[in-house]
Amino acid sequence: MAYLTINNLHKRFADHVVVHDFNMNIEQGEFVTFLGPSGCGKTTVLRMIAGFETPTSGHIRVGGEDITHQSPQKRGIGMVFQSYALFPNMNVTQNIGFGLKMRKCDSAEIARKVAEVIKLVELSGKENHYPHELSGGQRQRVALARALVVEPRILLLDEPLSALDARIRKNLREQIRDIQRRLGLTTIFVTHDQEEALTMSDRIFVMNQGRVEQEGRAEMVYTEPATEFVARFMGNYNLLGAADSQRLLGLSINGHLAIRPESIHVLDAHSQQADTLAGTIRQHQLLGNIIRYQIESAGVTLQVDRLNRTASDLMPAGTEVRLQISRDDMREVR
Amino acid sequence: MAIAIGTIYFLLPLIATFEFSLKMNRDGYSFEAYKVVLSDPGFQATFGYSTLMAVLTIIVGILLVVPTAYWIQLKLPRLRPLVEFITLLPLVIPAIVIVFGYLKLYNSSAWLPLTGNDRATDFLLMCSYVTLALPYLYRSIDAGLRAIDVRTLTEAAESLGASWPSILLQVIFPNVKSAILSGAFLTFAVVIGEFTMASLLGRPAFGPYLQLIGANRAYEPSALAIIAFLVTWASMGLIQVFARNARPARKTA
Ligand SMILES: Nc1ncnc2c1ncn2[C@@H]1O[C@H](COP(=O)(O)OP(=O)(O)OP(=O)(O)O)[C@@H](O)[C@H]1O
Ligand SMILES: [Mg+2]
Repeated sequence: MAYLTINNLHKRFADHVVVHDFNMNIEQGEFVTFLGPSGCGKTTVLRMIAGFETPTSGHIRVGGEDITHQSPQKRGIGMVFQSYALFPNMNVTQNIGFGLKMRKCDSAEIARKVAEVIKLVELSGKENHYPHELSGGQRQRVALARALVVEPRILLLDEPLSALDARIRKNLREQIRDIQRRLGLTTIFVTHDQEEALTMSDRIFVMNQGRVEQEGRAEMVYTEPATEFVARFMGNYNLLGAADSQRLLGLSINGHLAIRPESIHVLDAHSQQADTLAGTIRQHQLLGNIIRYQIESAGVTLQVDRLNRTASDLMPAGTEVRLQISRDDMREVR
Repeated sequence: MAIAIGTIYFLLPLIATFEFSLKMNRDGYSFEAYKVVLSDPGFQATFGYSTLMAVLTIIVGILLVVPTAYWIQLKLPRLRPLVEFITLLPLVIPAIVIVFGYLKLYNSSAWLPLTGNDRATDFLLMCSYVTLALPYLYRSIDAGLRAIDVRTLTEAAESLGASWPSILLQVIFPNVKSAILSGAFLTFAVVIGEFTMASLLGRPAFGPYLQLIGANRAYEPSALAIIAFLVTWASMGLIQVFARNARPARKTA
């Protein structure tokens, strides 16, 4: 049996159902991500796991024990908030030691554990600083340390990095992942950033409108989207409706056909290869190591990614090309 | 220009009163009136009594208002306008109405006689002062709570295993300390000079004493007015000091 199991979880606010029939199983030591657009219910599910919100129905179990109606104090579940939520009246040491103090640990033990975790999150030298004297990244590391030091059974992180700038964010997410692995901590991470989800997670739960749209290993969810929503949300998939895919590729499908931009090969206009489509370059965007082209073919505009090797590779608008798409790279999605 | 007129409007009577209070001795300015006032046992007793009442009012008021305002902000934010309105009632309803209400409810023949002996009446007076202080205490404490993220801080503390008393005492109280203090000094300033309730309940408070002296002496009332004024302004000054000191700590998320 999985370590954390959630069965048929529902949450309704007034007459607005925010979480529908949410189910999941997480193994001990696993790092999973809830990924989804704003308002899809990620925070609400997390808050129910932490005990800040009571489910309308359904069950949450940890290690076989039903905690659905337990108070947050008794759950032993750590939480890191987007807004840090550090106690303004306490310095770094006091903030981190708060949970141990509440557990009535003696002061020598508190001092030892706090010192240990301060080293772990690389905050040495900041022990006596108050939250308002720290940068955003440092504050979030204090919040992380504060949650870690009490050795929670499960760690919940609600968009902990979204208020930070890109460089610190990358740095901190590696650090979080590294600490999580070292401590073997069962972790749920909430984000609406697909790159963050892909780089950090063992498993991803893609959520949409209060439901799990798809769950799976990170690489799976990315390469094998099950629905149109996941395809749109995960990558910059080209999504062709039934009519377009019939006209362009001669395929009759239900739902949509998803094709990743990097799986379309661009050949020159005189190419003799079989099964290619004629196309015209409309425009391009430079995305650093890749160039994303908008290429029109039979009235459909496709996004196509190519590596940006040398400046002379760039194909100007109006260039005639031929496109090759392997059948294996076309996925039919709901 | 408006400021100049305003300043004169406030300062002129003050200066005139001060000047007059110094003229008790025929042969020039002196602090004779102050000496007389400060050494009057009546002054000492009533001022001491009112100070004690103010302190008790503040303590009871804080114990009542902080948890209430906290709980409303945390769990019942929709009730906030209603509670705000209720706390404003003492400003709208004249004190005399409140006192007559009390006398009717708690007179010696009522089921809860609180006017029977002095201690009970003191208690009643303190309760009415708490009522009187509600608008000031509630407003400043509510504003202080709104300046911190009460909900998230509470949840963070809860998930770290803190009990409700610990959350209130170690997380909420310290972060609204300056708001509590400014409410407390306002309350002090209000209670120390209060007349209606104290005199109708017949307690030896500073307000009725001021009135008594004012009616019967010449120079002492001016000295007392200046003293009362200084006490009030010292309270206001302390509010400013605490409000300023608290600012950097409040900014934090
Ligand atoms: N206390 C509440 N009362 C009423 N509605 C709520 C409450 N909390 C959340 N909601 C609603 O539930 C829905 C889901 O909210 P939630 O905060 O879980 O979304 P989210 O996926 O975390 O979004 P974001 O990425 O913006 O944080 C939203 O439509 C929100 O308006
Ligand atoms: Mg959220």
